[in-house]
This record gives sequence, structure tokens and C-alpha cells, in this order.
Amino acid sequence: MMLETKHFGTLKVEEEKILNFETGIPGFSDNKKFVLLKNEENQDSPFAWLQSVEDGDVALALVNPFMFYPEYSPEIRDELIEELGTKEEKELSVYNVLVVPQDVKDMTVNLKAPILINKKNKRAMQAIAENSEYGVRHYIYEDIKEKLK
Amino acid sequence: MLALSRKKNESIIIGDDIEITIVDVQADQVKLAINAPRKVPVYRKEIYLQIQQENKAAANISEISIEKLKNIK
Repeated sequence: MMLETKHFGTLKVEEEKILNFETGIPGFSDNKKFVLLKNEENQDSPFAWLQSVEDGDVALALVNPFMFYPEYSPEIRDELIEELGTKEEKELSVYNVLVVPQDVKDMTVNLKAPILINKKNKRAMQAIAENSEYGVRHYIYEDIKEKLK
Repeated sequence: MLALSRKKNESIIIGDDIEITIVDVQADQVKLAINAPRKVPVYRKEIYLQIQQENKAAANISEISIEKLKNIK
């Protein structure tokens, strides 16, 4: 299908790539279908986009947390992960939502609520981690600069 | 929104399998026990609202910020 988007122009979306968020995500509970847009020019890029298939204006910047925080281990109840149709953590992709304000140095990442994607069946959710050490707004700019220089 | 009054140790059942019991009542704080299937997430509202807020802020990214993000890599 062709999708008109606010940030990425007209996109060709393959049905089998569409991710299904059964309950949407907080703030966008009516948006249940998204696609993951990766950086085609740079395969190693830690950044990606979660683009809504139902609303071309809705897209969230994502980052692969492990590139900057290899020890990142959000505690999510097994039963919630099982809702995605798997018990295996390795079958899941993990991304975290990035907020990028006007001044990029102020960008923050939500480590408290990762996006989990079952790569095989395309079921996805935003789950809230039970461990208290992760916050919803973690300043990540310096960590990115450090790692990518 | 449904408003019910409960005394200490009384409960509410939501649907078939969620039960909320008033465990303790103090002047400014009520302690609740929640019995729900493990697959049903239960959150303090403030946390949920924070996630909601951050998601909306994330979706509110400007074109300038997108360009800057591309330049970082």
C-alpha cells in the first residue's frame, strides 16, 4: 500500500512488514499499525522510526538502546512478553522512544517503556519496565556523541 | 466513571478476573490490593501519563530536528 507521510513523503508499505500493536501505544491508543523505518544509507545506524500506517502524521524516533547501554535490561513480566506470542527474549527487537527537541543536545530517551517487537509474527507493544532505575527522560546526546565519534 | 464506596477489607471486581480490595484506609492514603491476571498490566497513573506525554512529545518532532538527527548518524 502507498502511505502519505508527514516526514517521509510517500512510502510504499509492504503488508507483511506492518507491526501490530494490539492496544496501540500510550497517547496513541487508536494507532495499532505501524512500520519500522530504518536508515537505508547506514545499516549500522542505531536510529529508526516508528511510522503509523493509519495516520501519516504520526512518527516516533527510536533508538537501539544496546549500542549505548549494553547493560540495558528492562524487567518486563513474562506474561506480557507472552502476549507477543513468544517466551524468548532473543526473538524480540527492542527500541526506545526518542524525544528530540529544537536543541538536539537536549534529546532524551525513554528507558522506562521500551518498544518490544516480535520479529516473526510482527506483534508489538510498548511495555513499562518494573525496575526503578530507568526513567522516561534520560539525556542521551552525550552518550551518542561519545559512541559515534 | 463509576463511583462506589467501600470500607476497609471490602472489594470491587472488574470483569471476570480483576479484584481490587481496600487493605487500609488512612487520613490521606488508601492502600489497595490488586488481584489481576499476570498478563494484565497495572500501573500507577502518574507513570502511565508520563509515558503518554513522552510519546506525544516524540511524535511532535520538527523537521529541523529530523535533519539534525540524520546528521548525527
